[in-house]
Amino acid sequence: MEQALVNGLVLGMNYGLIALGLTMIFSLMNVLNFAHGQMYVLGGFVTYFALNTLGVPYIVAVLLAVLALAAVGLLFEYALFRPVRKRSNREESTMLLAAGTALLLESLILLFFGEKQRGVPPVASGVFEIGGAFIPASRVLVFFVALAAIILFMMFMRYTRPGRALRAIAQDREVTALQGVNIQAYSALGFMIGAGLAGLAGALLITVLSVNSGMGTSISIKAFIMVMLGGAGVIPGAIIGAFVLGFAEAFGYAFIPSSMTYLLIFVGLIIFLIIRPQGVMGKPWG
Amino acid sequence: MPKKNTVPLAMALAAMASLVAMGTVNAQEKVIKIGQLGVMSGPAASWGLVNRYSAEAHAAMINEAGGWEVDGEKYRIEIVSVDDRNDPRTAIAGAERLIYQEGIKYIIGTNVDDTTQAILPTLAAGGAFAVSYGHTRSLFETPNDNTGLGNIAGYQMSPIIYKFLVEDRGITSVSFIARNDLNGLGNRDAGVEAAKALDLEILSSDATYETGTTDFFPVLSPLVRANPDMLVLSGVAPSDAGLLIRAARELGYTGIISTETAHDAAVLREIAGEAANGFISQGGASTPEIRTPYVEEFMENYESVAGEWNDEAGTKIYALEMILQTISAAGTAAITDVEAFKAVIPDVSLENPFVIGGEPRLRWVGADWFGHPRQVSVPVVVNEFQDGAFKTLVVTSVE
Repeated sequence: MEQALVNGLVLGMNYGLIALGLTMIFSLMNVLNFAHGQMYVLGGFVTYFALNTLGVPYIVAVLLAVLALAAVGLLFEYALFRPVRKRSNREESTMLLAAGTALLLESLILLFFGEKQRGVPPVASGVFEIGGAFIPASRVLVFFVALAAIILFMMFMRYTRPGRALRAIAQDREVTALQGVNIQAYSALGFMIGAGLAGLAGALLITVLSVNSGMGTSISIKAFIMVMLGGAGVIPGAIIGAFVLGFAEAFGYAFIPSSMTYLLIFVGLIIFLIIRPQGVMGKPWG
Repeated sequence: MPKKNTVPLAMALAAMASLVAMGTVNAQEKVIKIGQLGVMSGPAASWGLVNRYSAEAHAAMINEAGGWEVDGEKYRIEIVSVDDRNDPRTAIAGAERLIYQEGIKYIIGTNVDDTTQAILPTLAAGGAFAVSYGHTRSLFETPNDNTGLGNIAGYQMSPIIYKFLVEDRGITSVSFIARNDLNGLGNRDAGVEAAKALDLEILSSDATYETGTTDFFPVLSPLVRANPDMLVLSGVAPSDAGLLIRAARELGYTGIISTETAHDAAVLREIAGEAANGFISQGGASTPEIRTPYVEEFMENYESVAGEWNDEAGTKIYALEMILQTISAAGTAAITDVEAFKAVIPDVSLENPFVIGGEPRLRWVGADWFGHPRQVSVPVVVNEFQDGAFKTLVVTSVE
């Protein structure tokens, strides 16, 4: 029980970091970013490259990963999503584009970083034993860094002028534009922050989970589960969804046959969405 | 015509002439095309890409040496690769493309059971032969005569590993964790049978994880608590092994961790580090204790093709060699006629060019398993990871 609790808590925090960026992009642009998992993977690989090839300290590698992914987000928004949204009002257009960018990123990652699983040494060594549960020091560190990042992000969104503008765009794009907010510039900023958060998640989690070029899709699927559970486009909802999934996974593996765990998670998700399609805190789809 | 125009014209004509001449040479050069069909994208991409790089590196060695000889004539070897994305429908489309569009008769792949199962009718209808890495026995039993097994199956590897560990390390109990797919579950079931045959106490055999799992703490926690002497990672992909080992050690597990699949030392070193010391897995022909200079040359070629060496390739070097040796034994007819190829399968027997001493010999084995010889005689090598590299513990044969 203790180990399942600890596992759920750590998983939930990791997942929260992944889900935040996805829900950010959705809330601002109504774009289901299928490439979010691939952005996470790219963040991990940039960190790997920075540490092993450039030889920079870990903290610099993390910053490089965040900046690189923010740049990718900006490029995607400016060169791909903006022109498509200008030419087409159909949601399918951006969905297909997002799926295309996922494949593009996956292929580029495979081309540049190869097919092997890549990891970096843990930033902290040692294992804590608390109440019969084991927690490696590296996971504790990632837990607190992720927690700090989430708190900083929430404060940015709540107390800063750009954060308020982003929240206003998420609530009502047209009314916000009428207030003189530069929608295009803030959309680009939102996409950069969303992609940068994916990069941060990849940079932190490569130290404990490692990455490979093909894992993006399964990460995206989990991120979508969290966002749907918590409510699409609602930032606190993504955190709730992440912890629900984290604890469901940890307790499922601990107390029921493991092959049934994800089956039951999906069945539970379907039943939940039938009862409450907008998720725990969400605005209704569309 | 002014002189300034005649010079470029003459150069263009010369270039055209040389191109025509090159075309004539190419047209005269005889080629044997070999298909390579496997998963080269997604989470299991490393399985198919290792096959591809191995075939390309080996073909490059053969071509640099003047080509492959069949009935006194030299042939250039050309590898045509198709990604099946680990999807049966894509595998069928890929096999059709290789067979009907490229005119290929011999295919290396696919990597797993369900994609091999899917292409069986295409192979039969198109008169093609595949050296597969799917392990289910029925894939290689009559009437599926157009397939051969390219490496060592879990049900062949597990009894050898467990017997060694019982005798050498005195293990008495075991738990299994399997990747939740056909290969993983099949290997797990075979491992459970092998453990029962050795009277090992099975503490757990129902733990599985989904493809794409990255955090193995939750699924491993209950297994580690039972503290078996050995934890078996059944059908585990190279991308998962390091993470599973690291998570088990971080949870306090101190017993033996083993698997029946092949792995790469560099990945284990990077992902699990010292935690991987003592990890038992399947090896190939590349450990320093057994490899020949030919394998060392192959390793250099592999590095130039793929960018870096992968120990998994030590088991994948055999497929192309075996196909070509069997074609040579059958003669020119076998290049286009798989029936001629199959007819000589029982007669092929050569010194193994990849293993010092040449034993076990290079031939088609597996009659005891499949009812007829349909398995490449890859030696059964048991490796142990120690301080960043593999060392060989056992070398034997499936027979």
